[in-house]
Amino acid sequence: MNRTIERHRHIIDFALSSLLRRKGKNLSLLAVYVLIVFMIGSVMFFIQALKREAALILQGAPDMVVQRLVAGRQDLIPVGYGDKIGAIRGVSGVRPRLWGYYYDPAVGANYTLMAADGDRQAPGTAVIGSGVAATRRLAQGDFLTLRDYSGEPVLLEVAGIMPYASDLVAADLIVMAESDLRALFNLPGGSATDLAVAVRNPRELATIAAKIARQFPDTRPILKSEILRTYDSIFDWRGGMVVVLLAVAVLSFVIFAWDKATGLSAEERKEIGILKSIGWETGDVLLLKFWEGTVISLSAFLAGVILAYGHLFFFSAPLFEHALKGWAVIYPRFRLTPAIDAYQLAVLFVLTVVPYTVATIIPSWQAATVDPDAAMRS
Amino acid sequence: MRNSTSFIAVTSVNLALFALFMLHGRYSRGNEAALLKPCADLVKRLRLTDLCLFTEARYTRNPAMADSHAPFQDHPVALEHFPSGSLVTPPRFRPEAP
Repeated sequence: MNRTIERHRHIIDFALSSLLRRKGKNLSLLAVYVLIVFMIGSVMFFIQALKREAALILQGAPDMVVQRLVAGRQDLIPVGYGDKIGAIRGVSGVRPRLWGYYYDPAVGANYTLMAADGDRQAPGTAVIGSGVAATRRLAQGDFLTLRDYSGEPVLLEVAGIMPYASDLVAADLIVMAESDLRALFNLPGGSATDLAVAVRNPRELATIAAKIARQFPDTRPILKSEILRTYDSIFDWRGGMVVVLLAVAVLSFVIFAWDKATGLSAEERKEIGILKSIGWETGDVLLLKFWEGTVISLSAFLAGVILAYGHLFFFSAPLFEHALKGWAVIYPRFRLTPAIDAYQLAVLFVLTVVPYTVATIIPSWQAATVDPDAAMRS
Repeated sequence: MRNSTSFIAVTSVNLALFALFMLHGRYSRGNEAALLKPCADLVKRLRLTDLCLFTEARYTRNPAMADSHAPFQDHPVALEHFPSGSLVTPPRFRPEAP
């Protein structure tokens, strides 16, 4: 046992001194490799963590939201629809939601305005998200100025600012009294933006949705499962920017591995020839090349994963912030909870380490099987 | 010091860091419910449906509520022009989705 370990250690010693002889080339190779693992790992871990967070946070979302469509666009829904939907067997409650968007030309930000339930919010006051407070530099007791549908200014006293911990759902939120929201947008009484429907038995959701769609053909029911699946599809690896990021990273890796696989340098061939002429077996040469590949790929894998973890979960993914923020003025501050599992690590390992190791072994095997004299002369 | 000893030492440090991060992840998941409580409470109280990730356009702010053709509704040949539109794909499971 000790003899085997000692043999491997000697080969590792030799492999490392061989790598150190071409220090510049191998260090730049290691740096590129770390960067690729970091990039692919960051994207994979980020997507997984965000999906998990969305699923946990949105567990309390309405069982079903019913929207009304007019001429193919979403329109206000009469609250009277809610009474009839409430009478459907299995529905335990229907609550109208009154909300909308407000573009603030002063700062170029979009806000989400929402009416509080009943008299939870006193008229003339509002509770605002921390993103709104930071953008408009408001504190509790200050006045938030908005312009109503006719261009007249509307003053709302800031009754409270939502904590940073709720930024992921409320950074751009302004919660106000229903009467204020109706007056601001000139919304007619008896209408709502959509209806939140609660259902006693979640297994009946699809049946109830079908009944609603049959009874009100101008409506569109959106189930909670669809709301949750939205975030799976947004960060689906096959769609959008995620596929671009992954494709760039994987393509760089392919180029990099291809460069290694297309052959060894003349110096490396000569080295193999000398080793064989002094008595090394083909198996020993392959073991040496295996360890050279392993030293680089294992070090790059571990360093890349550690850097990706730190980037995402200690520094809140600053490199992805601009991609996610786009032209938005308000961006939530959030810290993701790690959701890394063995499966993701195995996928990352197979995607990065295995191709590299194979790419280094094949040309070495080709070089190790030729005659030492020919290898030294090549 | 032998080269192999240095390599084993560096790899051991990396593995220890890696294991520490995995433990950190497990510990963080234990506190997750408490950390997410303010968000989860607000979702329940205000009956919210979406995360506030992309605030630049109405169809990216609430993707679960948006029409699948929303970016193209401004006018018939309107092209997607918000950067986050490249991240937010239309929900594929709606009956009207292509």
